[in-house]
Amino acid sequence: MRKLWLLVVVVLATHAHAFAQARGRGGAPAPPQTAKAAAPIDLSGYWVSVVTEDWRYRMVTPAKGDYQGVPMTPEARKIADTWDPVKEEASGELCKSYGAPAILRVPGRLHITWQDDQTLRMDTDAGKQTRVFHFGGWKAPAGPHTIQGDSAAEWEGGGRGSTDGAMKVTTTNLKAGFLRKNGVPYSENTTVTEYYELLKMPDGSPLLVVTISTTDPMYLRQPFVITSQFKKEPSEAKWHPTDCSATW
Amino acid sequence: MTRKMFVAVALVALVGTRAFAEIDLSGSWQSINHEDALERGAGPNPDDWAGLPFNESGRAKALSFSQSIISMPERTCWFQTQWHIAAGPFSLRMWAVPDPITGKVQAWMVGAWETRAPMTIWMDGRPHPSKNAPHDQTGFTTGVWNGNELIATTTHLKTGYMRRNGAASSDQATITTHFRRHGDLLTLTLIMEDPVYLTEPYILTRSYNLATNPVAIGGPPCIVGDEGVESGRVPHYLPGKNPFVDEMMKRYGIPSDAAMGGAETMYPEYRDKIKAAFKRPEKCTINCG
Repeated sequence: MRKLWLLVVVVLATHAHAFAQARGRGGAPAPPQTAKAAAPIDLSGYWVSVVTEDWRYRMVTPAKGDYQGVPMTPEARKIADTWDPVKEEASGELCKSYGAPAILRVPGRLHITWQDDQTLRMDTDAGKQTRVFHFGGWKAPAGPHTIQGDSAAEWEGGGRGSTDGAMKVTTTNLKAGFLRKNGVPYSENTTVTEYYELLKMPDGSPLLVVTISTTDPMYLRQPFVITSQFKKEPSEAKWHPTDCSATW
Repeated sequence: MTRKMFVAVALVALVGTRAFAEIDLSGSWQSINHEDALERGAGPNPDDWAGLPFNESGRAKALSFSQSIISMPERTCWFQTQWHIAAGPFSLRMWAVPDPITGKVQAWMVGAWETRAPMTIWMDGRPHPSKNAPHDQTGFTTGVWNGNELIATTTHLKTGYMRRNGAASSDQATITTHFRRHGDLLTLTLIMEDPVYLTEPYILTRSYNLATNPVAIGGPPCIVGDEGVESGRVPHYLPGKNPFVDEMMKRYGIPSDAAMGGAETMYPEYRDKIKAAFKRPEKCTINCG
């Protein structure tokens, strides 16, 4: 019987050790890692949109009244029905459809870099937007609502497979904007929750998949959930910054 | 070592391994059809293959397609391979099938969407059959865990479809499905490779909410019926005779070249190519949501 318990303890200890190693921890308590050091996946680099879904809402500007798929409230529909591209163009607010809830639907390229050990930065060439993801229990300072809002990030899972783990991002303090270029609105009370994940394509190349859940108590009947995917590019060669447009 | 001792050690080892090798995917998952809502619901517009990495054969095959072909008894159920998870609107139910002796998961089942048999994802390391083994609409699927991600690979499919408007997949197609769960949200990424009809992998993603209402297991099967197509006639369009090639231009101002698909239509640069030819209609008149 003593032998049996000894064996059980050894097996359990082996598992615990393997698990700790897999998560990058040793036996002794280690100082807290920075977000950069703890990253289970490498999101940095240049990425290009792969537009295989919602093509006619993303690659071209849909017609007024084309709202297929968006769980809009009646109030949202009323607002969207007044969309006037000429007025939008004249208003000077050309980036309404480039805010955090919509920017990953805009065909283009992403450039993701570590700004510092606790902050990941994402630039887009389409619309020349910048999003900043703050790790480490960051709290947004009081301030005006902005196009990209304030984003708190955390790692989920990871360490148990070559592409296991995800970056969860929660974004608030957004300035009101458009989910689609044809005036489908979101309000400044919107919250965006995103999961950034890496998959391996059959040829071994990485695919970035981002699941985006947008909640808006004013203009959405339920969370609007979409997923965008991006292939990795070897360099900045195709980086092509363009300004926001209200009509294209 | 006594038998008791062996069993105890084996159990501890098994529990330990499973604790950090997988995540529970079981349950009813309600489909969230916010993207590609038309394509998954009522069905895509005719001759809309934008964003689909066709080769010339794929395009030619699609252009020959007449929707009436599914009135033929032998082709009524033609299009519903496992890709129907991505192309249809249906919710999923997933459950694990344990080995009766070891308790280890032998297979994951993904079922309950209309007209399709459940997909069995074999998790016991068995190999795929010979390439000469029979193909059917369900195909043959094996799975592996990558941390919390389940990766399923499906081969041995019959000819089916990629979009429900004639874009076909061949019997050489392979589908890789990635299952990722975040709390009550499940995301599937499906990647189709087809050396016969595609120049690049075709990627679609689908999302689901964990549901408390159970999704029925085994929806109504695809039933072959006689719809009166006379024997020997195969509905089709000859080259150059497809009447819908301008349909996307008529409905949405999208140039026909874009609607004909091809890998370049998936990437941002393609917008520059069609900018001058695109004519946004003043108002949406059909399939507007």
